[in-house]
Amino acid sequence: MSPKTLYDKIWDAHVAHESDDGTCLLYIDRHLVHEVTSPQAFEGLRMTGRKVRAPEKTIAVPDHNVPTTLERLEGIISNEEGRIQVEALDKNAKDFGIHYYPMNDLRQGIVHIVGPEQGWTLPGMTVVCGDSHTATHGAFGALAHGIGTSEVEHVLATQTLIQKKSKNMKVEITGKLRPGVTAKDITLAVIGATGTAGGTGYVIEYCGEAIRDLSMEGRMTVCNMAIEGGARAGLIAPDEKTYTYVKGRPHAPKGADWDKALEWWKTLYTDEGAQWDKAITLKGEDIQPVVTWGTSPEDVLPITATVPAPESFTGGKVEAVKRALDYMGLTPGQKLTDIQIDTVFIGSCTNGRIEDLRAAAAIVKGKKIKDGMRAMVVPGSGLVRKQAEEEGIAQIFTDAGFEWRLAGCSMCLAMNPDQLAPGERCASTSNRNFEGRQGYKGRTHLVSPAMAAAAAITGHLTDVREMM
Amino acid sequence: MDKFTQISGIAAPMPLVNIDTDMIIPKQFLKTIKRSGLGKNLFDEMRFDRDGKENPDFVLNKPQYRQAQILVAGDNFGCGSSREHAPWALLDFGIRAVISTSYADIFYNNCFKNGILPIVLPPEAVAVLMKDAEKGANARIEVDLENQTVTASDGEAFHFEIDAFKKHCLLNGLDDIGLTMEKAASIDTFEASAAAARPWV
Repeated sequence: MSPKTLYDKIWDAHVAHESDDGTCLLYIDRHLVHEVTSPQAFEGLRMTGRKVRAPEKTIAVPDHNVPTTLERLEGIISNEEGRIQVEALDKNAKDFGIHYYPMNDLRQGIVHIVGPEQGWTLPGMTVVCGDSHTATHGAFGALAHGIGTSEVEHVLATQTLIQKKSKNMKVEITGKLRPGVTAKDITLAVIGATGTAGGTGYVIEYCGEAIRDLSMEGRMTVCNMAIEGGARAGLIAPDEKTYTYVKGRPHAPKGADWDKALEWWKTLYTDEGAQWDKAITLKGEDIQPVVTWGTSPEDVLPITATVPAPESFTGGKVEAVKRALDYMGLTPGQKLTDIQIDTVFIGSCTNGRIEDLRAAAAIVKGKKIKDGMRAMVVPGSGLVRKQAEEEGIAQIFTDAGFEWRLAGCSMCLAMNPDQLAPGERCASTSNRNFEGRQGYKGRTHLVSPAMAAAAAITGHLTDVREMM
Repeated sequence: MDKFTQISGIAAPMPLVNIDTDMIIPKQFLKTIKRSGLGKNLFDEMRFDRDGKENPDFVLNKPQYRQAQILVAGDNFGCGSSREHAPWALLDFGIRAVISTSYADIFYNNCFKNGILPIVLPPEAVAVLMKDAEKGANARIEVDLENQTVTASDGEAFHFEIDAFKKHCLLNGLDDIGLTMEKAASIDTFEASAAAARPWV
């Protein structure tokens, strides 16, 4: 048998039907659902009299537009349209009999944090969700990607997706990371190297010593942003860290099932000699703490750099950079560390896990945020929030002047009231710096949690290594 | 879903690269529980100022492009989120085809579910069509899915590639779910064997 990549193996294990032209029905093991991209899909089922084919494999949680302020505990969602969407999900989950974590359940949180936390996400699975950051689950060696609402309806009705196979891309990070460099810096550095379309048409497998050294939290951060590099999915082969993370979680296999699962999971790696359609290698030692300066995630530079000039680019990117610098209010040649910040957001499916909060708290401890700074920490789930409170991390943040919020997507996409005002500038641990992403005319600089924490203290983009 | 066979229409030029889904339909319009009515918010933050006043410089606000049915766009159109609201908004505005060198995967797929044809052409061809689109309402571009051609207003034609299954569904306006349901027996068989091999799933 010819050598296979990890992606090949998971793909082959899930093809339920293949047509002559290579179009496949890919069987879906886990379907995650949230309030924003699902109402039209459930409506479609109702209109056609269809049922959810596998409700036991379908898990829903509201996250995108839930408020993160304490009034939510009273059940209040002041935005009328947001409230209607959350109530629609409440009703759809009940009517169709799917697993559900309602807004005020302790286990509620961002869907991509809840899935792994509850043991729904397991190695070798196919996982989809109507959200592009579904790539996160690839950290477990699961084939996970975002889908549109029509596909959400398709999966609800048939538990399959119509797919053609993507190509294989290897992203190898060799060696060790230097102090102050994190998973976020890896994933941004990769996008900086490949561009936002570099992964289009591919499934990425991340490998190499620097990836193996990452915790599961860090691996989720790396895979989360595969989509910003254009790849639908990012994967990391499971190993002992994966099994340890999974074991004992509410929906992880137990007893004989665990042994059987483990036996299969241990076969989930890329065979020696497997073919890659594309491959890049970065040296872990070369990666520095990075920050985005523009309005595309590929606009990334080490924190020690200066704002680039449009003329240093080619093709359509020249105009795009002119537009980005105008939007961001930046001048070529300006040092990135001179950029003043008025808002800091720590959270999101990219960086809202306990390890992220610990990293930020380590920088913040015993300090105060800059006068006039608005800084908020939004844990990725109710359980992350609880753990952070038990570890004393929440106290560190509140003592420093951070707001300590309830779990949700919050200012990552600013669908709820957590938004930037025009002209405000945010150091954000989220995943997209698009125009208007965090609020109309708001300006976003993507950074790691430690870098965001450093900026909150100093009031400008800061090389976190100077604070360690 | 509406069939797509051929159209002859006004094409609006949008040469900017990496036009993302937040530009196409900003998040404040994702709170709807319907698919329709999003056309008025298409490219909202580029099209209107905060008070809802039109930005006269934005291409779709110019008189000659208000009836555009085709967009000619820069590289990597539709990057970003999975929101199907992006093709819903394009369709509701009246856009039936997009021409670019490349698209983000999820957006590309979403177009086909909504009767929109995203056409991939090499940079030189997109450049010719971009110039043609810049001529305004007098330059009608013709898209013929059956023959897989785009024809500029001066008659220069470009052939494009498209997946045969996607083409078939678009030409006939087929409902994916209905098609898959016909293969229910295969899904049943797969599900049973997978349950035996991987009972923990």
